[in-house]
Order: sequence, then structure tokens, then C-alpha cells
Amino acid sequence: MPWELDETKLEALAIGAGILGTGGGGNPYYGKLHVRRLLREGRRVRIVSPDEVPDEALVVSVGGMGAPTIGIERIHRGDEPLVALRALEQHLGRPATHLVPGEIGGANALRPMAVGALAGLPVVDGDGMGRAFPELQMDTFAIYGVPATPAALADIYQNVVVFPRLRDAVTLERYARAVTVQMGGAAGFAFPAMSGRELRRVVISYTVTLAVQLGEAILAARRQHTDPIEAALDVTGGRVLFRGKIVDVERRLTAGFARGTVRLEGLAEDRGSQLLIDFQNENLIARRDGEVVAVVPDLICLVDLDTAEPVTTEVVRYGLRVAVLGIPAPAMLRTPEALAVVGPAAFGYADVNYRPLPGTYGGDRIAAHRARL
Amino acid sequence: MVRLGIDVGGTNTDAVLLDGADVLAWAKHPTTADVSSGIVGAVRRVLDQVRIAPGEIGAVMLGTTHFTNAVVQCRNLARIAVLRLGWPATLSIPPLEDWPDDLRDAVAGYLTILPGGHQFDGREISPLDWTALTAAADRIAQEGIHSVAVSAVFSPAVAAHEDAVTRFLHEQLPHLRITRSRDIGRLGLLERENAAALNACLVPLAEETIAAIRSALAALGLEAPLYLSQNDGTLMTAEFAARYPVLTFASGPTNSMRGAAFLSGLHDAIVLDVGGTTTDAGALVHGFPREASFAVSIGGVRTNFRMPDVVSIGLGGGSIVSPDGTRIGPQSVGFRLSEEALVFGGPTLTATDIAVAAGRARLGDPARVARLPRELVQRALATIDQRLSELVDSLKTTAAPVPVVVVGGGSILVPDQLEGASEVIRPPHAAVANAIGAAIAQVSGEIDRIVSLEHQTRERALEAARADACRLAIEAGADPGSVQIVEVEEVPLAYLPSNAVRLRVKAVGDLRED
Repeated sequence: MPWELDETKLEALAIGAGILGTGGGGNPYYGKLHVRRLLREGRRVRIVSPDEVPDEALVVSVGGMGAPTIGIERIHRGDEPLVALRALEQHLGRPATHLVPGEIGGANALRPMAVGALAGLPVVDGDGMGRAFPELQMDTFAIYGVPATPAALADIYQNVVVFPRLRDAVTLERYARAVTVQMGGAAGFAFPAMSGRELRRVVISYTVTLAVQLGEAILAARRQHTDPIEAALDVTGGRVLFRGKIVDVERRLTAGFARGTVRLEGLAEDRGSQLLIDFQNENLIARRDGEVVAVVPDLICLVDLDTAEPVTTEVVRYGLRVAVLGIPAPAMLRTPEALAVVGPAAFGYADVNYRPLPGTYGGDRIAAHRARL
Repeated sequence: MVRLGIDVGGTNTDAVLLDGADVLAWAKHPTTADVSSGIVGAVRRVLDQVRIAPGEIGAVMLGTTHFTNAVVQCRNLARIAVLRLGWPATLSIPPLEDWPDDLRDAVAGYLTILPGGHQFDGREISPLDWTALTAAADRIAQEGIHSVAVSAVFSPAVAAHEDAVTRFLHEQLPHLRITRSRDIGRLGLLERENAAALNACLVPLAEETIAAIRSALAALGLEAPLYLSQNDGTLMTAEFAARYPVLTFASGPTNSMRGAAFLSGLHDAIVLDVGGTTTDAGALVHGFPREASFAVSIGGVRTNFRMPDVVSIGLGGGSIVSPDGTRIGPQSVGFRLSEEALVFGGPTLTATDIAVAAGRARLGDPARVARLPRELVQRALATIDQRLSELVDSLKTTAAPVPVVVVGGGSILVPDQLEGASEVIRPPHAAVANAIGAAIAQVSGEIDRIVSLEHQTRERALEAARADACRLAIEAGADPGSVQIVEVEEVPLAYLPSNAVRLRVKAVGDLRED
């Protein structure tokens, strides 16, 4: 059944998307304010499950790319991805019927909702990552063979760049990144386009619902003074890997990515232990006292120990008390072809094997539950 | 130099006279609605204690929560205009979007987004539109608005547009009070603009209040320069404070932590400020309060300027104790402690009564609590100690024990041995640590900018940032010989291949004596 995103669900979605951003993906707050304004102006955001999308539908992924630091300063005009979408439609010669988020983690979980509200198009309950990743080729659309182009980018001036044909998503990533810098460091995008039939094959389902449920569980726990972290684990299928204080953050800039290491010292039952987390925008590998305990594509999320508020790579700093959540990756990211793109080796950790966390990703659990109904 | 430190709290106004490191005198007086008569009361009491002519006092330093309270209570705020320069960017979120409705309704006079602002690399987003700006000035005049906030995209990096628009508005409407966002906040347009707008609402109140304080001090014969303490524990001149009242918002906890550092001689410690209703705790790092890393809300508005990282719990000297001793606070008898508590002949079992019954403090009439059940006292003590040690633990950065400095009127609650503390220190004059913290404050300069490392080395960019921060500190009144860099933060901008880095550098120095 299609459902509508109201203000309450929007609030929850922003919290859930912040956690599923695994440290990266930008802050959903600004997108939330934009969508909330659109809702208050009487526009609507309809969410449809992947099963409800007709085979012949034209589904387009929309969102923003660029630096989160730019996004909090040069706030969006708001219609950049819509302008890109219109250019892509013109190139394709037919209108889009549905939108789909490229990633459910971070700011890009909210952008398709704004475009959906502006364009009057439904948004698919699913995405291409089930979390956030730093590069375009890392979504399941690209991994499972949806051509990356044609693709369109638009800036605040409604300048549009269309890439009719590029070899693959890695090439698009390089070209689009260069154009984004010229567009002031942040741009709206529309790509890839796919049919409803293709969408069902490549999408990670029910992640919008997952993010909303995650946010709702945390908000309810805060209201009822129960443990919001436990509530988050119930929804996501994850576990607490570590509770501790951040005692060191080392950052370095390489090829446009904020890479670095966060060091935590244990609190409570983890007292006496250390946890090291390597990140490249998103958190990639967690090592407890030298032993690897969680590896990308499984989700490694830092949240505030008391409130479960997400702690992103940019605000990570000395002294914060956090819980490190380990959430099993969606099944679609655990296949050999996906691991070749989003596994540890793809991030430069040739020596680390992917040892999946036990359990089932929350979105997959929702899908299984629906299948039984 | 003899300094007079004053702290205007919600309940009490404290004053201290300091000669170098020596506390010559101190006094407390109830805070008054007009602020200045409470100050006069406290200062008179201090001057009465010593043989110092008012003319010998070299500087007056004032900390106040008065402007914070005005925002929280939504009182005495001016109607303002907010001019944002950034069109066609930023249209998705208009100014004051996420403010509480009552506050927005009280202050929003005219909000607009006009062409202007810059890209991260210094290019203009749009040139300034003088026709639109003239129309905006006309509208401001029509609406009878006297206070304006101007915010431009990337103004912390490129000042040109905020400066040009401020000059233009001053030419058109010379009576206007204008707050530039770059003077207050950091990168993060919405939070910086919010801070500038809050400031604009407060400027008329701040001008009045500070003028009243000045004339009250003058009437006492005090002609020394007046400074106000800022959120980060450094000072600004009264003229500056009248233009930037938001910078005083968190000065209360900051002053008590700085005062605790001064009185204890410790630069790295945890400070507990135990009051009647709450205990505020913060961490001192190199003598300054550690800053909060999240956006900080004031009166429900997200802002991003310098604020100390303070954790508060509802436990103080006036906290009400449940009959079985397992729950203490958050309800409190507050300032009615001297009538309500058992030891003062009142009917209510408070945390103070427990401290007296257990022999932690001698206060009031101990006989009145002598017959409290032992078990109740022990259980309540255990509850107090556990909550305090959890509070200390929440602020620690490593598991190692750290010194804990205790200040404030409720400090009798704190045991001499606290789990997680290497020692518990109760410095003399702890009751007026706030006013002492104000009196010892230094001055600072800070820069926050994005630099590209394509055409310059990291070292050169850092060097330039350090030099600019020192220059700003000296301009703010620091003795050039004493200026030091106290903070350097370097954050690479993710997802961009241009090697851009955000640099934040802060310099601090002693107040110049001239």
C-alpha cells in the first residue's frame, strides 16, 4: 500500500537516515527542513513499495552530490535534482513516473522526497545502498548492471550537464565529481534511469520504511525514558560493538576524501579495551584491541551514548561518549559481485577479509515479513 | 592592577575584588530586575570591606546571563529584519525557518533572500543587486525596524558582501543596528544566521542594559574600562558587547569553570558547580572549558558559536529527597532553602539535610536531623555520590582518575572521596568562582576559513591563519607579548578533489594594561 510521508514520519526519517549514513552522507537536517516546508505549503510525498511499481515505469534516482560542508553553508536552492531530472527526461524523450533514493544514509535520503513533492512523483520505498557510500559505482544499480548513463547534473543557476554515454559508473563518478566542483562543490543529480522491472531486480527494498521505523523507535524510547540504543538495535538487526569515549581522531585528506582513524577507549563493560575505526567519509573497519570486529559493507554507526543521536565523521571529536553499532549489511551487498565493489579490498584493505556480522539487515527483515503476509 | 569581577546570575549578583591572584574581598547581593541596582548593591558591599578608592580599580569585568534569559523568556526582544545574501542558492530554507513559533512571531519583521554570497572557492554566487537592496532598505524603514541581521553564504571566508551591504544600509538608514553573521558564527549558514538574528533581537536591550550598568558604576566612582565575558571565557569591551550580546550567552558556566581553574591552580580537571537546584559540570582543558561539538540550542534556536560543553543534572543543595532516600531531585526548594530545609526549621527533607546529618557539613541546626534513620541517610548519600560520580565520568576523556574541583553554594554535598576522581578540591572563595572567572578573563581572536591547498602548502596556510588569529586577539585588546595559539582545528572537505581544508585557529592573550 502506498503511504504518505507526514511531518512526524519526516522527523523520524531524518534521524534514521542520519544513523544509516554510517558517519558520512551529510546531515539530513537541511533536507528535512526543506521537505517540511513543502509539506506545510500543501505538497505531498507519496511512498510506494517496489512491488507497486509497474514493469514499464520509468524510475529515476535523484539526489545531491558534493561536500557536506558546502551543503551546510551554501544551502540548496532546492530544485537542483528536479532540474537535472527534467533534462534527463528531455534526453530520454519521456517523463519519469517514479523516483528512487540512491542512498538511504545521510542527506540523500531526503532529497528525493523534496523532488517528489515538487514534481508530484511517487518515491520508491527502497534505495541503492541501504546505507551511505562515498562513490557512485557503489550502489546496487551500478553493481547489478543498470547503465550509469544517460545522467544529468544541475547547479543552483539551473545550468545542466548531461552525460549521454560514459563507459561505466566509475567513469561517471570521475566526470561528475569534476563538474560538481565547477558547480560550486554541490550539485543535484538524476541517474540512473531504469524500468520498473529492472528496479525490482536491483533495489534494496523497504529502506525508507526502515529509516522511519528506526527514527520512530528512538524518539519513542527518548519519550518513555527507555534505552534508545536498544530500540535502534531492535529495528536494524544490529548489535552494540563497543561503548566508549573518543580519545583521538586522526584525519588526512587524500584524493578528495576525508580519511582517518577514530580511537575509542572503553566504558562500562568495555573498560580496558580500545576500538579503532578507519573511515573514508563513512566508517569502514572496526578493530577491537587489534582484532577486526566489523568490516564494510556491514554498517558501523557511531551514536551518542545517551540519546542515540548519530555522530558523523565531521563532528567526531575528542571526548564524545558513543556507542558503536554494528548492523549487518543488506543481503544484496554481501554477494561476491557486490563485495568486489563495496568490500574491504575496494577501499584499499586488501589484507582484511569480509566476515559478515551475524543477523539480518532491518530492510531485509521488513521484506521477509511482507513476503509472508 | 586591581580588578573588580561581577557575575549577574539568575538569583544572586556576586562581586569580587582581585589584586593579581589575591582575593581582597567578595560579596553577594540578590539580582534585581533592572540588573544595575543589584550590581550596585554587591559592589558597594565589596568596596566597604577594603581601603581601596574606586579610582584604583583598573578594570571591571562582568559576566551575565541576562540576555540569555531575555531569549528564553521571549521578553524585551526587538523586531528585526534578516537579509540573507545567497540567491539563487539557499532558497530551500528561508531565514528563521526552524525557530519556535512564539519566538519567530515576536521578532520576525522582514525576512528576505537577495542575490549575493560566495562559492567555497571565492567566486561570487551572484553580484549584489543594488535595486533589490534599496527596496529592502525602504521596507525596513517602512516597517519601523531598527535592528537587522545580515548573512551571506561563505562570509566567514569572504567578507565582502556582508561588509558592503552593512555599509550601504548604514548610509541609507544611519540609525540601524546591524549584525553581520561573520562576526558571530562559524561555517554553517543557518546556525550562523540564527545566531546573528538572535543577536539583532537583543541589541536594543543590550545597549540599554549596558548603558545603565555603566552609569551605575560611574555613580560609584568607578571609571575603569568595563568588559563583559564571552562564552569561551575571554573578554570583550562593553561597546563590543552592546553590539554582540549573544556572545555572553554561556558565560555563566564558563566563568565558574575559569574561576575554578584559577582558584585551584589546575588547568586540566573536571569542575562541578553545585547550586541549589542543579549541578553543572564541565571539563577544563589547558585552563579553558572544552567546547560543545554539536550545534547548541538557545531558546529552541540552533546556533553554532562558541559554547562550553556543560552537562547539567537536577541535583543541588535544595533538591528534595524521597522518603526512602532513593530519589533526590529534580524537584528543589530552590532559593527557599533557608526556610524549607529541616536544618533551618522547615518541613522538607533536602539534600542539604542529608549532608548535615552525615556530617559532611555543619549548617543550621544539626539537632533537627539527628533523628533521621541511619539507613535513609546512608541510602541518600549513596544516591548523591553515585549521581555525582556518573556525572564526572560522563565528562572524562579517559578512564584514568582526574582531579575534581568543586565550586558553588551546594558544594557541601560533594564527598571528599568520589569514585573516578583522583582528588576532590574545594578551593577558597569557591562560592564566588563565577565572579572570579569573569575577573581573570583574557581576550581572544579566532578565524574560521576554507583554504585551497592547490596553490599553497598546508604550512603556509596554517601560518597565515595563526597570524590572523593573533592579530585579531591584539585588536581585541590583548597584550601582544602574551598572545598564544590555543586551538587549531583542521577539517578536510570531503567529496571534493580540490584539497580544500577548513581551518579554525584561536589565539588568546592577557588583557593589555594601559
